Amino acid sequence: MAMLEVEGLTKQFGGVVANNDISFQVEEGEILGLIGPNGAGKSTLFELLTGFYPPDRGTARFQGRSILGLRPDRINRLGIARTFQKLKPFQAMTVAENVMVAAMQHSADPHKARAQALEALHFVGLLEKRHEHAKGLSTGQRKRLEMARAMATRPRLLLMDEVTGGVDQRSIPGLIELVGRLRREGTTLILIEHNMQVLMSLADRVLALHLGRKIAVGTPKEIQNDREVIESYLGAAYA
Amino acid sequence: MAMSQTPAGAPDSALEAARAEPLHPPMTGRQKILGVVAAVALVAYPFVFNAPFPQHVMIMIFLYGTMAQSWNIMAGYCGQISLGHAMFFGIGAYSSAFLFATYQISPWLGMLVGMILAMAAAAVVGLPTFRLRGHYFAIATLVIGESVQIVVQRWDFIGAASGIWLPIVRENQWANFQFHDSKIPYYFIALGFLAVACLAVRHMERSRLGFYFRAIREEPEAARSLGINITLYKSLAFMLSAALMAMAGTFYAQYVLVVDPEVVFPLTLSILVLLMAVMGGVGTLWGPLLGAAVLIPLSETTRILLGGTGGAVDLMIYGALIVMICLFKPEGLIGLVRHWLPSHAVKKEAGHGDA
Repeated sequence: MAMLEVEGLTKQFGGVVANNDISFQVEEGEILGLIGPNGAGKSTLFELLTGFYPPDRGTARFQGRSILGLRPDRINRLGIARTFQKLKPFQAMTVAENVMVAAMQHSADPHKARAQALEALHFVGLLEKRHEHAKGLSTGQRKRLEMARAMATRPRLLLMDEVTGGVDQRSIPGLIELVGRLRREGTTLILIEHNMQVLMSLADRVLALHLGRKIAVGTPKEIQNDREVIESYLGAAYA
Repeated sequence: MAMSQTPAGAPDSALEAARAEPLHPPMTGRQKILGVVAAVALVAYPFVFNAPFPQHVMIMIFLYGTMAQSWNIMAGYCGQISLGHAMFFGIGAYSSAFLFATYQISPWLGMLVGMILAMAAAAVVGLPTFRLRGHYFAIATLVIGESVQIVVQRWDFIGAASGIWLPIVRENQWANFQFHDSKIPYYFIALGFLAVACLAVRHMERSRLGFYFRAIREEPEAARSLGINITLYKSLAFMLSAALMAMAGTFYAQYVLVVDPEVVFPLTLSILVLLMAVMGGVGTLWGPLLGAAVLIPLSETTRILLGGTGGAVDLMIYGALIVMICLFKPEGLIGLVRHWLPSHAVKKEAGHGDA
């Protein structure tokens, strides 16, 4: 049984079908890349799977259990964590406190939560910043903070929205390396990513969306050469 | 998660060092001395100033400090601006007054009943309104608070517009929560209530509850994504806040021995409590007390100097002060205090004020 099984997921906003009959599976331990031009429905798919939007139709099973229609906090407690495309750190809290909030799901004791938070910060390389307020961090550091926070809830499946988006070039290799380490720790990942090179080095399989529909799924190499995928990005003339 | 991999940045020794840091920085010597001096001064005050007016001013500071602290839990920590907090004050005042006037039930017991009713009211008000964000929640609580006042004004069973006069009892003053010889017992009860409110906030601030409240204030969506049931925790903040407000309401009823809807359910009370917390510094432990300590002497003094019409003048001064605070010290007066009393502890908390 796959870790995540999505069947016929559909979400409509007024006349726009943001997700149209999308089906796919994610196996335990794999990294699934999610690509598609703007408006393809990638973020909508994340919002549906994490409970932030109610779906119109379809099913999604996580470890055999239906998750559609559950509240975001319930879904997180079942073992699915996420990061946000538009980063949402708790600005007026310190970096350590940000992660403690997440760790408190497993331990109400602030001392234990802090020990776990420090471990997660150590893991993402933000330990030195633990006393600083989140509002002072750079974009790359905020991404690491969101990862530490999500990891501190101890997810089985992590959904990451734009790992390298908006980050300066020099920070990208570090972030890629970090995602690789997350996988080696046993976390299954779905990544939304525009940078094809990043996906080539990280993803086992790639799911391509266009205008709300699934247009292809396969290894990064297959997807890179897929006629429909190239068309969706560059138009028919280049395919 | 077992973080067995070698991480990118710091060596493992850095993690050990970080772990060894205390969770809360210990009090500095200066803070300890200040605390002892303040405690001694508060206990000595009513004996040194043995006249009704200075004692009354302090009692009002304690009472409003308790209320500002209550509002602070909901708005300062959890980020939900309520403009209807007077309803919980009124529920507290009416519960104990009604039970004492009608059934001779001790106001202490009546206070507990009032606190429970206020918590229930907070839960009921919260259910539909927590879906509203920011200003819309504030407007909803304002309207509900006003509606409650109108209902009480017309509710004959609890005295309608004329309210409830508490029977004067001269024996068993502590059991009956009435003191006719001196204000000193009221002084210490009010001080005790304020201490309860502050200890509750201190405890909340350092526990999971406080972390969750602040997370909800900062980024509710992120809080949900980390497994926090935000409706539940907003309700808990509202209920805790309401209970403290009701406690203050009972005190007030016993202090003036009469309750009526104009006095215990007004919008002005909700606003005043908000002003004190904002002026002192929201989302901090001491800010609301500071706000009460500055604004109450101001309003009491203008009332004395200008007679019955003084009420409007103090509000004008409040307004001017609030404008100045917004312009020059948005984090509240607590920002000034932190400037004068720097310490490690203060530095760590510095960001909480800008909710």
